[in-house]
Amino acid sequence: MRCIRLIPCLDVDNGRVVKGVNFVGLRDAGDPAELAAAYADQGADEIVFLDISASVEGRNTMVETVTTTAERLFIPLCVGGGVRSVDDARRLLRAGADKVAVNTAAVERPFLISEIAGEFGSQCVVVAIDAKRSTNGETKLSAPVKSWRVYTHGGRIPTDLDVFKWAHKCQELGAGEILLTSMDADGTREGFDIELTKAVSTTCSIPVIASGGAGNLEHLSRIVLEGAADAVLAASIFHDGDYTIVQAKEYLAASGVCVRPYIC
Amino acid sequence: MTELTVNQMSPANQDDFFIAVLDYGIGNLRSAQKAFEFVGGRACLVESPAQARGAGGFVLPGVGAFGHCLKALRESKLDRTVVEAIDASLPFLGICVGLQMLYEGSEETPDVKGLGVIEGAVKQLSGTQKRPQMQWNCISRTDGRRPALLQGVGENPWVYFVHSYAPPLSDVVVATCNYGGDVTAAIERDNLWGTQFHPEKSGAVGLSILANFVALCRSLNFHWHL
Repeated sequence: MRCIRLIPCLDVDNGRVVKGVNFVGLRDAGDPAELAAAYADQGADEIVFLDISASVEGRNTMVETVTTTAERLFIPLCVGGGVRSVDDARRLLRAGADKVAVNTAAVERPFLISEIAGEFGSQCVVVAIDAKRSTNGETKLSAPVKSWRVYTHGGRIPTDLDVFKWAHKCQELGAGEILLTSMDADGTREGFDIELTKAVSTTCSIPVIASGGAGNLEHLSRIVLEGAADAVLAASIFHDGDYTIVQAKEYLAASGVCVRPYIC
Repeated sequence: MTELTVNQMSPANQDDFFIAVLDYGIGNLRSAQKAFEFVGGRACLVESPAQARGAGGFVLPGVGAFGHCLKALRESKLDRTVVEAIDASLPFLGICVGLQMLYEGSEETPDVKGLGVIEGAVKQLSGTQKRPQMQWNCISRTDGRRPALLQGVGENPWVYFVHSYAPPLSDVVVATCNYGGDVTAAIERDNLWGTQFHPEKSGAVGLSILANFVALCRSLNFHWHL
């Protein structure tokens, strides 16, 4: 049976969670380790840390953050942001990450995917793809799509890569899963890009995590039921305290989506 | 008998109890060690047969490709420790590829021989489902089996899987999950246990399973020393 994973994502800058998090009962709402543990207690299936630090110091801090977090986190932890080499991956995995996500560095040098997979196994290589609709001037989600293009450097720089071709190439090179972010939907809270996710997920044999656009619980169920997502990533709807992981799972289960039930 | 077993059988202080997590140089083994320590079992990463001596239980983790793991295991010489510990009926837990390596071989790497401690060959997950199975799934005990490892975790506990291959459905299988058909989730043979899922990544349920293993190790050690 196919059961989807619900994954809260934390943006971490220099060892601190950057977006405000409205959790009740936290000692330190900016501490990634405490937040990860709190989400795990609520029944999160996995945690993603995205390192948005711009500096080398920030990257080193991330290794410490992962070490501290992994001390008391007993669900999978994926860390992305700034992974450029097998050594970068090794540092994070040794610190306690279970998976690393690569993005820009993999686009620049696709064989990096094979190198990390060869050294540590495909299961720990997630390729993060930032996808943007390429339309005839229209930017709305409903605009007719010519294609989706891959962007790098946190969505700032367009490439010539087509999202589907790149996703398939990642799979061939040994990626274990794809973290697919719709740049058009990200931050809108108007729902995931179903068309994009479905097209990638149904043509890839590896799991696809849908990201970008979650605004309510219906969005979560639709991206699974209509978009064929294998996992769903969300940030602000959980951080802002709109919904708890428990509520999201109850809603998904009631919609007919297979999820791991919350057991206290 | 081997050095290892002679040492095991000698009276030992229970305070010296430790679980040897076999560290043959792959991936993140700290997570298994930390999980054992969280449930109160002293766990040491051991890199050689000598370091494993005196252990009250053995854990063989494993992630990545079957052939890659076996090559590394043989280079570390810890493959001998595995075979000797299981031959001597010492408590042993194989996790994921650590379980798969105990079989005679795997479809994943047909030219590499497994350790052959358990009969049969590891097979690719069949059906139209995605590979790897990278998700939480609930497991069911095989009819008539009440494995000690799965005590106290409920009838259908949820655990985390990451794998494209799985051991065959044979008489050592004590629990399965459903993923395009029945898939081996856990095995038991005397004091040998194995999980295709990752207890160290399976939250509270996984920690209970590891605590069960620690308790089994302690009680078995206690009986040897009577």
